[in-house]
Amino acid sequence: MNPFPASNLILAVAFVVCLATLACGALLAVLSARLIRSVCGLAICSLGLAGLYYFLHSPFLALMEILIYIGAVCVTIVFAIMLAEPDEPAADPLAGKWLWGSLGLGVAATIFGGMGWLGTHGPWPASTVGDGSLKAVGRALLTTYSLAFELISLALLVAILGALAIARTGRTKP
Amino acid sequence: MSSTPIFDRLDVYLVAGAFLLAVGIYGLIRRRTLIGMLISGELIFSAASLNLMAFNRFSAPDPVVGQVFVLFIMGLAAAEVAIALSIIIAVYRNYRSVKTQELSELKG
Repeated sequence: MNPFPASNLILAVAFVVCLATLACGALLAVLSARLIRSVCGLAICSLGLAGLYYFLHSPFLALMEILIYIGAVCVTIVFAIMLAEPDEPAADPLAGKWLWGSLGLGVAATIFGGMGWLGTHGPWPASTVGDGSLKAVGRALLTTYSLAFELISLALLVAILGALAIARTGRTKP
Repeated sequence: MSSTPIFDRLDVYLVAGAFLLAVGIYGLIRRRTLIGMLISGELIFSAASLNLMAFNRFSAPDPVVGQVFVLFIMGLAAAEVAIALSIIIAVYRNYRSVKTQELSELKG
């Protein structure tokens, strides 16, 4: 049995906190008018997602989520926001504004409803619990998936070089 | 709520992933700057990763595969952000703006 009283309740509360962090971060990332707040929303959303990864028995991916998304992706976007001033333009008196808003809301609601229904009612196969520990992940990365591992490092290298090449060409023009 | 605790049910994770995907697509439609659209794209990436991890935990015979796959998704997302942001910087140098309505010129 549980070594600690009401540990399931405590875990459920922590899980709900992670879910709420995820939802609030996602909404903040999408709905805020200033882009720096939007990046903060993305960081909060990644924090909640890392919590969910922890609940999915993968603390390694939780740490990687925090390290890559908050530490690399959000910081890079913050740099881009500093270089360009991309604040969301003020509400222009365009005729199709409400049309686009309602269209986006309708598409999002349809997708959420459909995929949520599919997720709750789908005939998903029963669970099979194996060993998903960090040791097994490391062994798989260096044996079964070693080619993909090398390819992803190559893709990152090419991305770095390509980013340098693209961002540098505009500098010579007036 | 059934007998299993809430953090051990597949459908909760799937609904959370669907919510992330819907929010990301809404932002992709509504945003009017390139960086805002990029952030919404990151949310969609996160939704895909969460779905993969949920199925990996609950119904995969070998739980290592999903973790490795999500790790590769993260690497590709980082590369994509680097490339996209350098393109955005180049666009901003040429147009002095990253608002999507003003980028309407094909040959500069």
